[in-house]
Amino acid sequence: MFTINRLKLILLPGISIFLLIVIGLTGCSQAAVPAGNGLIELRGTINEAGSTSVQPLAEMMAKAFMQKYPDVTVNISGGGSSAGVKAVAAGTVDIGAVSREILINEPDLITYCIARDGVAIVVHESNALTGINIENVAKIYAGEITNWKEVGGADERIVVISREEGSGTREVFDEFVIKPYHKKIKAGALFFDSNGAIRTKVSSEKNAIGYLSFGYIEGLKPLMLNNVAPTVENVQNGRYPIVRRLYFITKNIPSEPVRSFIDYCRSNEGQKIVESQGYIPIVKK
Amino acid sequence: MASIIVAGRKREFHRISDSFWQYAVYIFGASSFLILFLIALFIVREGYPAFVKIGIWQFISGTTWDVADNIYGILPMIIGTLYVTIGALIISVPLGIFTAIFLTDVAPIKLRSAMRPAIELLVGIPSVVYGLVGMLILVPIIQKFGQGSGDSILAASIVLAVMVLPTIVSITEDSILAVPRSYREGALSLGATRWQMIWHVLIPAARPGIIASIILGMGRAIGETMAMIMVIGNSIIIPDSIFSSARTLTGTLALELKYAAGLHWNALFATGVVLFVLILILNSIGLIMLHGRSK
Repeated sequence: MFTINRLKLILLPGISIFLLIVIGLTGCSQAAVPAGNGLIELRGTINEAGSTSVQPLAEMMAKAFMQKYPDVTVNISGGGSSAGVKAVAAGTVDIGAVSREILINEPDLITYCIARDGVAIVVHESNALTGINIENVAKIYAGEITNWKEVGGADERIVVISREEGSGTREVFDEFVIKPYHKKIKAGALFFDSNGAIRTKVSSEKNAIGYLSFGYIEGLKPLMLNNVAPTVENVQNGRYPIVRRLYFITKNIPSEPVRSFIDYCRSNEGQKIVESQGYIPIVKK
Repeated sequence: MASIIVAGRKREFHRISDSFWQYAVYIFGASSFLILFLIALFIVREGYPAFVKIGIWQFISGTTWDVADNIYGILPMIIGTLYVTIGALIISVPLGIFTAIFLTDVAPIKLRSAMRPAIELLVGIPSVVYGLVGMLILVPIIQKFGQGSGDSILAASIVLAVMVLPTIVSITEDSILAVPRSYREGALSLGATRWQMIWHVLIPAARPGIIASIILGMGRAIGETMAMIMVIGNSIIIPDSIFSSARTLTGTLALELKYAAGLHWNALFATGVVLFVLILILNSIGLIMLHGRSK
């Protein structure tokens, strides 16, 4: 019954499964090994996803961190704040990035503030406006003001650009601009799914108005809000109204190397990177 | 004596491996069908509560999609998807068929062997690249020479048409090449001009294949998401012109699924069910046209 040929049929898959298990196990290794001279040698991979507002900052921090610890790989991606929350809760990434507070209906996650950020209202460089008051911004987004001449600009139709629903930047914009005046962003606005896309759109459309993180202002004209300019100083002295905290979130207390990465971002070295990217360092108590 | 035993073992091996392969093929075939069935089941299961709570007709004919107030109606998205798909086909079908005719019957051999791989290369380009090119080049052009801000059904149709073109060209080409030589020679020998032969004999003979290519192209057009989101504007309105911004069914899913919960989540999967049904209907229409006409 057990001919040599039958044995071959059983052995072949058996060997391949064994090989797969062996290869799989070699992938697991320790993440932090104490080296001889007292420093911890970090290694492993850190996956981060979420807010596109945090993304440029996270990428710079990741680069600096990887230079310091060459055996660690940090992968940064976008997707939006809500996607970050969902991914962390589901365990598909180690760190989520959000540019807003965690909502009541979201699961319990641990938050680490890594920077503060302002949200600027931006228009095309050629737009005549230099400032606007917040109520008019709300009216523009609600569709009640449709022409630039109504707020002191040229006689042109306003092209309203917004972020998609799950965006942290949108959440903050809603909270500080739209909701206080009991309005709603009109359905006829154009919706894009990242800070970068908003920047591309506003920089190519003369009559556009959009909102994005301070880190993405380059190439556009940020408007003064209620006569307060969108600058780092005005955020720090509390005059600029649309401000939010940027967080890294994790599901449980992070282990190495995630813990060291987050500590690095919150350290003086990391906060210098924050400043260099146009964000605001966290307040030291 | 030994050779008889060896021969017997060989035959035994062939017999076993034959049944092994029969079972293997059967299992692979059944798993493909099973995977499709399970996906459909999952989508229906997740989308079903939305149909129950909102009502199938209200969901399909509702014109408001408001996440904050939990109102979900997908009529603007259905219309957006249909406009964009029809627009893409209007551009790509004539272009594709004539390109295929050019490749098979008109172009000199050198040109043909240069063009064919170039067209097939178009398939390999990732959709995001199409979206990027559309966003950075096509949309500003439409903005300048057309109306509105450029993010429009027109932009989406053009981008989709380019993505669908290689499919239509290569399948139409194969269908034309499959027409027996006797058809061509017969037509020419009866006095038809080259163009008459192509248009009145070859194309009708290749029609089943051409329709198949259109069905495939349509399937790709309806499902395309990444490139769409970047050039179509995603406004939740019923588009009133080709320069109007719009939102597609797939676009809604891509933009909002990442963070949806509760009724919103169910509504998005219900959108998936509608998409599924839409593709089934369009494919069936295509198949009817296929079998109805080919005599």
